Amino acid sequence: MSAELDLAGRVVELVRRVAGPGAEAEVVAVHSADALTRFANSAIHQNVAEATTTVRLRLHLDGRTAGGSTTVTGINGLESLVERTIAAARLSPPDVTWPGLTAAAELRPDAGFDEATAAASPQERADRVRDFVDAAGGLETAGFCRTSYTSGGFASTAGHSAQGRTAEAAMDGIARLDGADGVSRHASGRLSDLRGAPMGARAAAKARAAGRAIELPPGRYEVVLEPTAVSDLLSNLATFGFNGKAFAQHQSFAQLGTQQFDEKITITDEPLGTVLPFDLEGTPRDSLTLIDGGTTRAVSHDRTSAAEAGTISTGHASAASRSWGPIAVNLQLAAGSGDAPAVKGDDGTGPTASSARALVSGMWRGLLITDFWYTRVLDQKSLVITGLTRNGVWLVEDGQVTTAVGNMRFTQSYPQALGPGAVLAVGTESVALPDRWAGVRFTAPAVHLASWNLTGNASG
Amino acid sequence: MSVDHFDEAGAAVQAALDAGARYADARVMLRRTETMSARDGEVEDLSSDESAGIGVRALVGSSWGFYAVPDLSDAAARAAGRRAAEIAAASARMPGPKIDLVPAGAVTASWASACEIDPLSVPLSTKGDLLVAATAAARDAGADLAEGIYQIWDTRKWFASSDGHRIDQHIRECGAGITASAYGDNEIQRRSWPSHRGQYGTRGWELVDELALTDNAARMAEEARELLTAPLCPSGETTLILGGEQLALQIHESVGHAIELDRILGWEAAFAGTSWLDLNQLGSLRYGSELMNITIDPTIPGALGSFGYDDEGSPAARRDAVRNGIWVGVLAGRDSAAMAGLDYAGSVRSDGWARLPMVRMTNVGLEPGPHTLDEIIAATDDGILMDINRSWSIDDKRLNFQFGCEIGYEIKNGRRGRMLRNPTYTGIGPKFWQSMDMLSSESIAWGTPNCGKGQPGQIGHTGHPAAPARFTNVRVGVRG
Repeated sequence: MSAELDLAGRVVELVRRVAGPGAEAEVVAVHSADALTRFANSAIHQNVAEATTTVRLRLHLDGRTAGGSTTVTGINGLESLVERTIAAARLSPPDVTWPGLTAAAELRPDAGFDEATAAASPQERADRVRDFVDAAGGLETAGFCRTSYTSGGFASTAGHSAQGRTAEAAMDGIARLDGADGVSRHASGRLSDLRGAPMGARAAAKARAAGRAIELPPGRYEVVLEPTAVSDLLSNLATFGFNGKAFAQHQSFAQLGTQQFDEKITITDEPLGTVLPFDLEGTPRDSLTLIDGGTTRAVSHDRTSAAEAGTISTGHASAASRSWGPIAVNLQLAAGSGDAPAVKGDDGTGPTASSARALVSGMWRGLLITDFWYTRVLDQKSLVITGLTRNGVWLVEDGQVTTAVGNMRFTQSYPQALGPGAVLAVGTESVALPDRWAGVRFTAPAVHLASWNLTGNASG
Repeated sequence: MSVDHFDEAGAAVQAALDAGARYADARVMLRRTETMSARDGEVEDLSSDESAGIGVRALVGSSWGFYAVPDLSDAAARAAGRRAAEIAAASARMPGPKIDLVPAGAVTASWASACEIDPLSVPLSTKGDLLVAATAAARDAGADLAEGIYQIWDTRKWFASSDGHRIDQHIRECGAGITASAYGDNEIQRRSWPSHRGQYGTRGWELVDELALTDNAARMAEEARELLTAPLCPSGETTLILGGEQLALQIHESVGHAIELDRILGWEAAFAGTSWLDLNQLGSLRYGSELMNITIDPTIPGALGSFGYDDEGSPAARRDAVRNGIWVGVLAGRDSAAMAGLDYAGSVRSDGWARLPMVRMTNVGLEPGPHTLDEIIAATDDGILMDINRSWSIDDKRLNFQFGCEIGYEIKNGRRGRMLRNPTYTGIGPKFWQSMDMLSSESIAWGTPNCGKGQPGQIGHTGHPAAPARFTNVRVGVRG
């Protein structure tokens, strides 16, 4: 039994003792050790680590519900958590949406985690930073190398218990030359998979190719989006479209069983190996197919949104999911199958990442876009998003990159961009990409889209 | 305060010095938070959270290290200090330029924000009844979805540094808001009160009482429904009048972040981005029109970005950022200021004990002007009034922005006309600010409780005094 499962079990016993057998309680104890080495101006300027254990209790008592958490895990802290949460529940208005506790259930087989990543030292992170900086060949660089380890335990008054561990490593960096940036980012369950040198070379190659950018008139352009840009599509689709609460409240575009996307689009959520194998309600996590060959099949649910939608939880409860909705954070866009063969490996030259080269060669005239930035929803139902390009845009003519293009603002419905007939090709090489939060990871190939609505130049 | 934690903070600092640091500081923080949300007349979620720990920052050579643990024992504090120094030593594999710190005199002080009604002492049933009543009123008035939320933060912190600081602070913050949504065939319209995420400040529950959530709920629902059939905001260039709430976010995004010295120095280049501002132009660059006077002021009573001392021990002080349209000041920390050759800091904060202190906005606001909103409208022949933010997006240099608002109104011949739906506007920061030709005196210090920055991510609380203002030749009605 892990220390976290023991901790969760002790809180359940405290609840039984103080609130009596009628109380329904679920407890998650999570120990996280996160470290991040950050560099800018080609030097490490911030280097941080923390080790925290957090105990979260949700309690349903006499028809009323309250939740609470603490990082004070001695007996006094745990008793305070229980007493505070019981008092809050007793004073709260009745909760008519309480979905009940998760019944005991087996977790999916655990793929394990990488001990070396969990125990990574600041020196190991600094070495990767040095490799990135050196490979950029004198260009100014910035970014981070991160490692994280999580161990969690779940226990409830329903007799369900679960435990698991996971580790993650991520690296994200830019190189810049005369104000033009290139980027490379990668996430993995193993720090040993992250190699600073090729990532630095890739970022630098983009920056070197991004000089003397021209400006293009606004309008609809055919585009190839590199995986770094595609991850933004996945993130916004997950947050606003596949969000079970938004779906239950009719704020999502999602219509189950309907062909809403191009047949080349298949999107799954693959949490196993990236986050704990159970959610905050103890529901086992598993692979979830959201889009299958263009047809919307599912959205992500916790027990509350599932009850409202008349279905079962998909294991996406979080501390905020009752308020903001359950959000899948490990989406994968399935790679294409052979019609657009990738050039394996990245030689670190030119503006195009290896994952996008085959798609670029198949574009008669359009734009190669590396990354998106500051994307925000204009209309949630149609998921119209505005944002900007970042870290490199190029004009492609007759399958060849011809010139760099300045950053542009876009206003575009994401489901429409991926809609039936709108996806010309999906790359065959997927890249796992980190988010700003550990445990959030999107995996994507490049995509070739028929139309992207660019509404202005970033320069005005 | 019966118990203090200066001993633990001091022990951590000493341990970092003993391990080779030439400067160290430590923050012990205890924070209680409480959040309740309601939907359609029912409480949806209630959480009461407690967090306690110590974060230690150590400077070894020209490299920083930071380590944090949720353990306030003397042994854990000392171990954290040593660990921070070890991490700093690892940073020396890729060292940066020599780091100096602008002087900050040793201060022993205690500070607390003003609070008439302790928000944590207000019964949960009272607070729940408020959200239930307000969301029920919006639902009964025709909202398809009515949501409400309040949030409370109660933070105590003890700061010690090797420069001799011993500062404790007690900061209480709270706020609330409601949103009414109306569903059309293909779109959703939304109206929020008093702003798109609520109003927040370093005050007690009296702030929430003053918001009159229930009194305004029905109007929000009615306006959301009316928006569904309102004409679209036209596309083109026009005269734009912004309400104070929207202008507050405009200030936050296109001025506040742009004047953060860490961005200007390139420290945030890979993520949050840099700034279009060049330090060589500090004191001479025209940022906006003569009407534009922006201050950095963490001393404003009750504003969300107020404090007694920042998280490096610098005392709160009012400072000009833009004076008569000329850029004259930045948000700085002790190390960034020294690197830039400036002699002031005071804008470094951390999101809890487990996060590295970094340059953050405090209260960055626009000084009021001579007019009223009614006078501005009366002086406008042809334009659009927009207010209450709905979406925001700005580039990594803080130049190119696009904002969407919840509601717009046509302005014709000095009068407010038809309601307009989906109003948006876009522009370039300095060109936009230079077009400001009328400014109201009706200023409110709006609170922004969700400013994201840093890696690992930190959420900052900032304040933005702002009043309605008019801008000329602005592109509006950008659509997908």
